Formats: sequence, C-alpha cells, structure tokens
Amino acid sequence: MMYADRKPIKKTAYVMPDVALPTGGKWITAARKAALNSASEYGMPQKRDEYWKYTDPTTLTSDQPTSAAIFDANEVGLFDNVDRVKLFFVDGVFNAELSDDLSLAGVEIETLETAAQADIHWASNLYGVLETNGQRPVPRPLAALNTATATQGTVIRATGKAEKPISFIYLHEDENSDATIHHTIKLEEGADLSILENGPAAARFNKVMEVEVADGASFHHVRAQGRDHERRAVTHIFARLGRESSFKSFTLTVNGVLTRNEAIIEFTGDDAHATVAGACAGDGDFHHDDTVFITHDGVNCESRQVYKKVLRNGAVGVFQGKILVKPDAQKTDGYQISQGLLLDDNSTFQAKPELEIYADDVACSHGSTVGALDDTALFYLTSRGIPHKEAQDMLTLAFLGEAIDEIEDEDLAEDIRARLERWMARRHG
Amino acid sequence: MLEIKNLCVDLEEEEKTILKGVDLQINEGEVHAIMGPNGSGKSTTSYVLAGKDGYEVTDGSATLNGEDILDMEPEERAAAGLFLAFQYPVEIPGVGNMTFLRTAVNAQRKARGEDELSAAEFLKEVRAKAKSLKIDAEMLKRPVNVGFSGGEKKRNEILQMAMLEPKMCVLDETDSGLDVDAMKLVAEGVNALRDGKRSFLVITHYQRLLDHIKPDVVHIMADGKIIKSGGPELALEVENNGYADILAEVA
Repeated sequence: MMYADRKPIKKTAYVMPDVALPTGGKWITAARKAALNSASEYGMPQKRDEYWKYTDPTTLTSDQPTSAAIFDANEVGLFDNVDRVKLFFVDGVFNAELSDDLSLAGVEIETLETAAQADIHWASNLYGVLETNGQRPVPRPLAALNTATATQGTVIRATGKAEKPISFIYLHEDENSDATIHHTIKLEEGADLSILENGPAAARFNKVMEVEVADGASFHHVRAQGRDHERRAVTHIFARLGRESSFKSFTLTVNGVLTRNEAIIEFTGDDAHATVAGACAGDGDFHHDDTVFITHDGVNCESRQVYKKVLRNGAVGVFQGKILVKPDAQKTDGYQISQGLLLDDNSTFQAKPELEIYADDVACSHGSTVGALDDTALFYLTSRGIPHKEAQDMLTLAFLGEAIDEIEDEDLAEDIRARLERWMARRHG
Repeated sequence: MLEIKNLCVDLEEEEKTILKGVDLQINEGEVHAIMGPNGSGKSTTSYVLAGKDGYEVTDGSATLNGEDILDMEPEERAAAGLFLAFQYPVEIPGVGNMTFLRTAVNAQRKARGEDELSAAEFLKEVRAKAKSLKIDAEMLKRPVNVGFSGGEKKRNEILQMAMLEPKMCVLDETDSGLDVDAMKLVAEGVNALRDGKRSFLVITHYQRLLDHIKPDVVHIMADGKIIKSGGPELALEVENNGYADILAEVA
C-alpha cells in the first residue's frame, strides 16, 4: 500500500481527556474545534500503540500531571552572552514583565493570546495546518490536543533577516503545573530567523511549534531541555520547507524522566535543506525519545538526522527516525545516524531507523550503533596523566560533539558545549 | 630509576603466561634497548609498566624511583614520570590534539602539586616543540591522530613526550612503520630529550633505530624473559646473525 492510501488507524477503544475549548476569535475557534475532532478520532496514545512502543505515554495523558520538584540550578544562564529578544513563560504562561518588548526589526511577534482574540488572522493559514498535515500517515494525538487547547504561545512572522534571535525561556515555579504552548512561525521568502529555547517549563509540558519556511528562507533552532529532572515533556516541531530553504534544529537534553521530541518535516519545494540533530546525556530514570519523520516531496533536497545519546545508571534512550521519499522526489539525499553510548550495562538504547523510498534516483543512508566507551582510547588518555573520569568526559563530549557540530552558529555551539561540561562536572560532585 | 624484579604476568582473559620473571634495572640517564623475536613479551612489558587492563601480575615488582608503580592507576604512573610511546597510537575522533595535550600537561602538573600552565605559556611551548618535530599548526588542531600518517602519529607521540617531560620513557617499537627519514626525525626528537637524567627503554625489532638512538645496554628477550644483556655490539650481532644463535647459546 502506498503512503498516500494510508489513513490513521482508528481505534475501537481509546481514552480522551475531558476537554473544554478555550474561548477566542472565529479563526482560532474553528482551528481548535477541528483539532479536537481529530484528537477525539485518534484517541490519546496508549502503551500498546506501535508508535509508543518504547515510551510509555501514560503520564502525558493522565488527568493530572505528576508533580515535579523544582531544581535550583544557581548556574550561569544559557545563551547569556547572546544578544536576543527574550520571551519568558512561567509555568507555561507568558510573562510580559519579565520579557523584552515584542519588537524586532524584520519580524512581527504577537502572543497567541492576542492573536486569538481577532476574528480574522493570517495565522489561520498555518495554525494547526502543518500539525494536521503531520497527522498522516501516523497520528500524533497529543499535538492535535495541543492545537485544540493551547492558549499560550506566540505567532511570529519574519519578513526579512531578523537582527537577533528570539529566545523562549520557560521557567518552572509550580511543582504541579501543566503547560500547553503553541508557537506558530512563518518565514516569508528570503527571511532568516533563529529561535532559542531553554528551561524546564512545567511539571508537564506539551509544546507544538509549527514552522513554515518559504522559498529561500532560513530557520535556525537551538534548544536546551532538562534541568528539573522530574518534569515530563512532549514536544512536536512541524515544518514545511519551500524551494531553496533551509531548516536547522538542534536539541540538547540533560535530565528528564520523560521527554518525547517529535520532528515532522516536509519538503515541498526543490533544492532545500533540513538538519535535525540532538545530543542527550541521561542518568538513572532518564527517558528520552526522539521521533523524526521526514517527507521528501521536492527534487534535490537534502536531509540530515544526527542523534547521539549518552546513557548511564539505567537511563533509556529511544530513536525512531523515518525518511519517506515520494515518487517525484528525485535526487534526494537523506542521511540518518543515531548512536547510543552506554556507560554501563544497565542502560538501554532503542533505535528504529526506517526508510521508505518511492523514487529511483536517490541516495539515502542510515546508521545506528550502540556501544561503550573505547577502552583503548581511555587507556591512551589516562596513560598521559588524564584522570579516568576526566578522560571519560572527554570521550563522552567528543561523542556528543558530532551532534553539537550541527549547530551553525559557533557561539551557540560553544554555549551548548559549556552547558554539557557543567552538567558533567556536577555529576562528579 | 626503573627497577623490575622477577616480573611475572598472565593474560587475564586466557590462561596464558606472557612474562616469566623479567629482571631489569635502568639507572638515571641510561638508555636501554630490548630486542627479541615476535611474541617474546616486549610489548607486554611496556603495557604492564604503563598500566593497561587485561594483564595480571602474578609475581615480582616494578618500581620507579623506589615507588611501586604496579598498584597505581595509569594516570598516577604518568604523573610519577612514566611515559609510554605507543606502537599503535590511538585515534580519538572529536578530541582536538591541542586540547588533549594541554589537558594532559595540566593534569600531571596538578597531580604533582604544580601550577597549571596558562593558555599562552602552553601555546608558546607547544609551538616551539612541534616545530622541531615538523608538526604544523594544522596537525595540532586536528583530532588526536585522526587521519595522521604512520610517521605523523609517531612524531605526535614524541611531541607528547617532549611536552610531558617524563623521567622514564618507554618507546614501544617506535620505528615500526617509519621510513628512514621519519625514523631519523623521531630519533632526533628522542635524542633532544636526553639530558643525562632522563632514562629510556627502547623496544625494537631492528638494530637500525639503535644507530640513531645509541643505547648503553642492550637486552635480548625471549619467551617472557631477558636471556642476555650486553653493550651495543649485541644489537649488531642480532642484526647479522638473527636470534637463533643467541637462543641456542642460552638453551
């Protein structure tokens, strides 16, 4: 059966949380109703779903969030040296007082709250639209639920080259907070925009980001998740890429009992590029799931997936990555690598790489490995006087570095590297 | 400097005895060479001294300036002044050569209670030493040994030795895989470090390296033991007649 014939599998029995739609203007009410219908049709993900085989969604769909202790990091803030427009969300609620003015040359920034009050808005062509497209062939009910219920987030339109990045900072102050955030981002032709994200956000966090990258536009995304270890998060990025556009997204995750990051990317124009990369380091009851679905429907497009996970003391890492090449997407270059580094015998890395190719002139490669630190390299480093733990860290950072190298901006990459080093240093007490 | 007494070593994984009572004493400033046929235990001796996993010392001792090194971790042995130049230097993707060198130098200084070198001091020193070994800035920037030729790898070993300034240098078949010019360069690097105090143990199959690094004492190793010791002329004897005569003589 071809990809196009597939419909989401309808479940005979499913759970659906009792949801009341928020009030808002006409455009968003229509989008919310449609999304709620979809979510009801799909039902919430359950343990037995194939797409959730390696990650238990129970705590993401339960009526109440599991409470999550707040960790006082008292550390150097991420991206502190980066000139950026800061938007603060406290337990998922936009905080105007903490935030900078929503003004940036070449970019219009609105909160979702404001945009939702209008009856007519340009975002009606985008809000929930990419999410809906991304529901086939695999349903993503938590994203539909987000579209239906989110009242917080932003609506952003970039018309030129943004002079600095927009930075979302998600503070977590209430141990029982349940946050839903939806960002809708449109890059017009030739625009260039960077989005930074960091912070634990809430005890439970459901975030959707829809990004339309028009012809010739460039989108950069660097995110750091983690810190408050007990927090749970499900995030989706839906992106649609026009001709000669570029999309680059990197995520660092350290800590977190449950993180599910989905990236759903569709090439609709020719000669475009997309990179999605992730580095994660987990300890103990850490559980991290990267689920990626890239659809090539343009000629001569290139996609890269680079995922690296370091796991120890029973931590679990999951990677589900798929490249779908449609019949007319000739000259596709698809690359995918997922690697797990297990620092002990108790940790687990599950990888499910998939290629589904209907065009005949394509180059797609994928690799997945799991292994331990190289003893020979460790001996070499220690024989030069480098203490064992430091040598382990060097090799671990080198391993994750291959994902961090996917960040285009050197300064941001350096920030991410420094954050990881501090995390490792803390582990040594 | 280095004193090895009756060193007996088994392989941990298989029940196999490799060293069967090695005795060796190297005094301050001396250069000793160990030669011997394949499988005689030369490389094992160097690994056991440096602290590689996988070997079990069943008897005997090894001390560096009176300190028992066999109970130390590899990094402690390094800080105590031992250096092993690897026969097969290890490639470490993702770790810059310069970062590696600086981390190692400062880790040793820290372990010895000395001040760490500043970035500027380190840079100045490494540049001067790299230059004499014909190691260019590009090689210093690249990941450790990744994409290095055989000769570059060996020169990089000598650069590490020069930067770490060990008291006791063990060179495990440093000449293997080198052409004549590369071998000369490496030998010059080693000779530059000879200061009358630093000691060397040079493990080699061939006499030709010893033309460039002149040993004070030559040992012949066979079947896990040192079976004969002598002056530089012993190396020439091996070169001319092979090991057969010596093995027969001892047997």
